[in-house]
Amino acid sequence: MAGAEVTDIAVVGGGPAGLSAALAARQTGAEVVVVDENSAPGGQLRKQIHKFFGSKEHHAGQRGFRIAEELAAACRDRGVELWTDALAYGIFDHTLGIVRRGTAFTLTARAIVLATGASENALAFPGWTLPGVMGAGAAQTFINLHRVLPGRRVLMVGAGNVGLIVSYQLLQAGAEVLGVVEAAPRIGGYAVHAAKIRRAGVPIWTRHTVLRADGRGQLEEVTIAALDENGRPIPGSERAFAVDMLCLAVGLTPLTELAWQAGCRFEYSALLGGHVPLHSEDMETTVPGLFVAGDVAGVEEASTALEEGRLAGLAAAAYAGHGSPALEKEKAAARERLLALRSGPFGSGRRHAYEEIVRGWLRWSGAR
Amino acid sequence: MERRPVAVIECPEEIPCNPCETACPHGAIRVGKPITRRPELDLAKCTGCGLCVAACPGLAIFLVKEEGDTAEVTFPYEFLSLPRVGDVVTAVNRDGEPLGAAPVVAVRQVRTSDGTWLITLAVPRSLADEVRGMRRLNR
Ligand SMILES: Cc1cc2nc3c(=O)[nH]c(=O)nc-3n(C[C@H](O)[C@H](O)[C@H](O)COP(=O)(O)OP(=O)(O)OC[C@H]3O[C@@H](n4cnc5c(N)ncnc54)[C@H](O)[C@@H]3O)c2cc1C
Ligand code: SF4
Ligand code: SF4
Repeated sequence: MAGAEVTDIAVVGGGPAGLSAALAARQTGAEVVVVDENSAPGGQLRKQIHKFFGSKEHHAGQRGFRIAEELAAACRDRGVELWTDALAYGIFDHTLGIVRRGTAFTLTARAIVLATGASENALAFPGWTLPGVMGAGAAQTFINLHRVLPGRRVLMVGAGNVGLIVSYQLLQAGAEVLGVVEAAPRIGGYAVHAAKIRRAGVPIWTRHTVLRADGRGQLEEVTIAALDENGRPIPGSERAFAVDMLCLAVGLTPLTELAWQAGCRFEYSALLGGHVPLHSEDMETTVPGLFVAGDVAGVEEASTALEEGRLAGLAAAAYAGHGSPALEKEKAAARERLLALRSGPFGSGRRHAYEEIVRGWLRWSGAR
Repeated sequence: MERRPVAVIECPEEIPCNPCETACPHGAIRVGKPITRRPELDLAKCTGCGLCVAACPGLAIFLVKEEGDTAEVTFPYEFLSLPRVGDVVTAVNRDGEPLGAAPVVAVRQVRTSDGTWLITLAVPRSLADEVRGMRRLNR
C-alpha cells in the first residue's frame, strides 16, 4: 500500500451499515473501499450467535454471524475492497488517515460514509473498576468470538435487548446467571427475549440497582437494592450475591469522533443514544460529501443499519457522480422500508427522533 | 381438541419481525404489513410441522398436541447437553419453575433449525398450557 490511496467511495466501519453502503455504492459502478479495524468484517454481527429479528430482506431468522459472512462474501464477489485490521484515526476534508498493520497512509475519496457503530456505556459505583466487572458486549466478545467464559456466576445489569440476549448467551456458554437488575420499572427489551431467560430460570428485578461491587483484587460480591419511586435505594432492601462477573448492559453511545473531527453539526437525542450528527433524508451530514449510517447516526438495529447503509451508499455514489433516475427510486424504496421498521410502539419513538434530526439538518441547510 | 400438534404463538408485542410468516409452508401464520403487526395463526391450516418453532428468533412458538389425558409440548432448545429420547427431565413453566418430571418423546431438528433443537415432552394434559421448557442438564 502506497502512502496515498485514492477511491470513489470510502466507508469507515464494516458492520451491517458499512457493508450495505458499500454494496449499494458498488452497484452504481463506483469504486468502493471499506475500512474496518477488526480482523474480519461484520461489526457487531460477528458476535451475534442468535437469530435476528426483522424481515426476509433484512436476513431475519438468520444468525447474526451468518449475516456478516453473507454480506462480506457479496462485497468480495462484487469487487468491493475490504480492508480489515485498518483503523481510520482521523479525517481531513475528504481524506482519511489510516493505520494498517503498523503502516500509516491516507485514503482520499470523493465521498465518505461513516458507519462506525456505537460503544458501550459504563456505570460508575464503588468497585466498578474491579476485574470481573465488564460491558455485556465485552462478555459477548469473550464467549462468542474467543470462546472463553470470563466468569461462572454472573449478574447482569440492564434488561434492554442487549442485557437479555447476552444473559441468554452466557447461559448457552455454560455460566450461571443469577439475575438481571433493571433500574426502570419495566423491562426495556422485547418480551420474547425476556421470556427466553425467564424460562431458563433467570429472574429479572425491575426497580433495582447495583450499590457496590467488592472483592480482593477481583470481583467476589455484588450488592443490589430495590429503588423507591424517586429512584433512591430503599434502606434494608440490600441483597448480596457471590459472583465472579458483573455485566453492564446500560446502553450504547454513537461512536462519533470522526464526525466531530470533520466538523459535523450535532444534536442531542436521548432516544438515539447521545449526540448524533445532523443528517438529511439521504443521510448526508452538514459536511458536503460526508454521510453517516447505522448506529453512529442513532443507536438502533441491524435491519435499520442495513437500510440506512443502502441509502447512504446510494447517495454517496450520486454525490461522487454515479447518480441516475433508477438510483433515486431505490433511495425512496429504502426510505419506505425504514418507515415500516420504525412503526409500532418500539419504533415510533425512534421515528420521531429521526425526523427531529432531519429537521435540524433542514434548518441548517435553509440558513446556509 | 385436535389430535395433531398445532402451533401456539406467544408473541405479545408489536415488534418488527416476521420469520414465522416466512417459515410456514402452509400460509398458516400471517404478520402482513406493517411488519410490526402481531402474528395471527390460522389453526385450520397448521399441520404442526414445527418449521416456525425453529425459525422464530424470539423462541416464542411452541407446539401442543392434546390427546386423552396427556399432552405433548414441543419447545425450541439451544443449550448443551441435549436430552435423549426416553430421558426423564424436569418440565418448567414460563418462569422456569419446575412442574414435575416428564419423559422426552422427541429430539429433532428441522429445515429452519440452524442449530436450534425441538424437544418434545409428554406431560399431563392439565399442564399443556403451563409447560414451556425444561431445566437445563448439567452433564
Ligand atoms: C447483544 C446485541 C444483540 C443484538 N441483536 C440484534 C437483533 O437481534 N436484531 C437486530 O436487528 N439488531 C441487533 N443488534 C443491533 C445491531 O447489532 C447493531 O444495531 C448493528 O450492528 C449496527 O450496525 P453498524 O454497522 O452501525 O455498527 P457495527 O456493527 O457496530 O459496526 C461498526 C464497525 O466499525 C468499526 N469501526 C468503528 N470505528 C472505526 C474506525 N475509526 N476505523 C475502523 N473501523 C472502525 C467497528 O470496529 C465495527 O466493526 C444487537 C446488538 C447487540 C449488542
Ligand atoms: S407448525 Fe408448521 S404449519 Fe403450523 S404454523 Fe408452524 S410452520 Fe405453519
Ligand atoms: S418470528 Fe417469533 S418473535 Fe418474530 S413475529 Fe413471529 S412469533 Fe414473534
